Amino acid sequence: MKPLEQNTWQDIELGGLLREPGSARQYRTGDWRSQHPVWTKSRCIRCGVCWTVCPEPAIVEEPGGYFDMDPNYCKGCGTCARECVTGCIAMVPEEE
Amino acid sequence: MSAKPARAKRVGMEVSIAVSHAVQLARAEAIAAYPITPQTHIVEHLASMVANGELEASYVNVESEHSAMSACIGMSASGARTYTATSSQGLALMNEILFIASAMRFPIVMTVANRALSGPLSIWNDHSDIMAARDIGWIQVFVENGQESFDHSIMAFKIAENPQVLLPTIVNLDGFILSHVVEALEMLDQGAVDKFLPAYSPRHRLDPRNPVTMGAFAMPEIYTEVKMKHQVTLTNSYEHIVKVWEEWGKLTGRAYKPVEQFMTKGAKILLLTMGCLSEVAQIAVEEMRAAGLPVGLLKLRMWRPFPFEDLRKAVGDAELLIVCDRALSLGGPGGPVMSEVRSAFYPLAQRPNILGYIVGLGGRDVAPQAYKDIVAKAKAEMEQGPSQEFSLYGVRG
Repeated sequence: MKPLEQNTWQDIELGGLLREPGSARQYRTGDWRSQHPVWTKSRCIRCGVCWTVCPEPAIVEEPGGYFDMDPNYCKGCGTCARECVTGCIAMVPEEE
Repeated sequence: MSAKPARAKRVGMEVSIAVSHAVQLARAEAIAAYPITPQTHIVEHLASMVANGELEASYVNVESEHSAMSACIGMSASGARTYTATSSQGLALMNEILFIASAMRFPIVMTVANRALSGPLSIWNDHSDIMAARDIGWIQVFVENGQESFDHSIMAFKIAENPQVLLPTIVNLDGFILSHVVEALEMLDQGAVDKFLPAYSPRHRLDPRNPVTMGAFAMPEIYTEVKMKHQVTLTNSYEHIVKVWEEWGKLTGRAYKPVEQFMTKGAKILLLTMGCLSEVAQIAVEEMRAAGLPVGLLKLRMWRPFPFEDLRKAVGDAELLIVCDRALSLGGPGGPVMSEVRSAFYPLAQRPNILGYIVGLGGRDVAPQAYKDIVAKAKAEMEQGPSQEFSLYGVRG
């Protein structure tokens, strides 16, 4: 699929239909972020609550069952940190 | 009237009932509606047809017009020929969904029995409801009598469902003045309608075997392009609308044009009206002509897309064009139709003087004398030089 800004009005599908599934993946929301989650592995019980509550699929499971954010999509909303059972996630401001 | 189908039946019928029969003959498959005066008889009658097995359609009772239009979008998305009707507050309550129906290109057909918007509460006729929904991206036409109401209710499906068009379509008919009167009109039989209007074959529909995303959001990078596509499609629907009207003319002997002309030959002064105002204006024009006044009448049938070229051609070299609006754009330039007509003529080097008169608000009767008064006033205004942007005809004080 072409990048959005290369589409002309003639390219628009009837009624704005999208025929390709999952095209929202192209829209990276990571640059909205002003803070990001950081996991302290020693306190993480690998329950997966953070992965479950993330409004975007922006938390990925790593080898060993620990979790980390996907920097392309994490908006820094902090839901994971708030819901973490053991309080092992801290929200850290982005560097300028 | 040469090519009239042999089996056309002339009947006396309430116009609302005639519209419901037109929808039945068009074989509407899905209807969702909420009753509101003065549209109620249409959907009430359709509901009884469905209940009595006279019309094979899904009839969805909903709790509001907002839901009615939402359900219509869903049913049209499933590929069904979809119909609804409303008036006034009902149209206003549908408002946000109306834009979505056209943007998603669902060929829903809707009758709007035009009625004043509250407040003050008024159940009577004017065009403030549809003028507030002017920019919804639907095809919009106006009819002036019972026969036209019947004819356009069938033609609307053929226009809307044209694969080059695929836009929802509104047929505006004046509440009470048209919706509730009994008129003599010719009905077509089922065979003739079936031949004219084949089954709807949707270009896109909800289908689990061929999944698509409908109604996705658009980023700033693409929203303008989507709007341009809609704009071009609606503008280009003109030729398809005219073609359908011509085809109907061949079938029934009743041809329709975007701008109809009445006694315009040699007219220096033209009145412009919409909907059933035109019937009464015709009487006034005939009488003024008999009295030696060079007055003619233009009836604006096609409202969206706006028929710029037809209007310019029909006005020709008339010196004065008086636009009679049945709605008021409060705090603005007067009547919405007048303001668009003025815009249509502004780029031309030679253009008529254009004056706006607002008539018939909230059900106030507009008799032939009104048009005679308006022509006399407009002439006087021109002699003194136009003093006001527009006038509310007959307002006291």
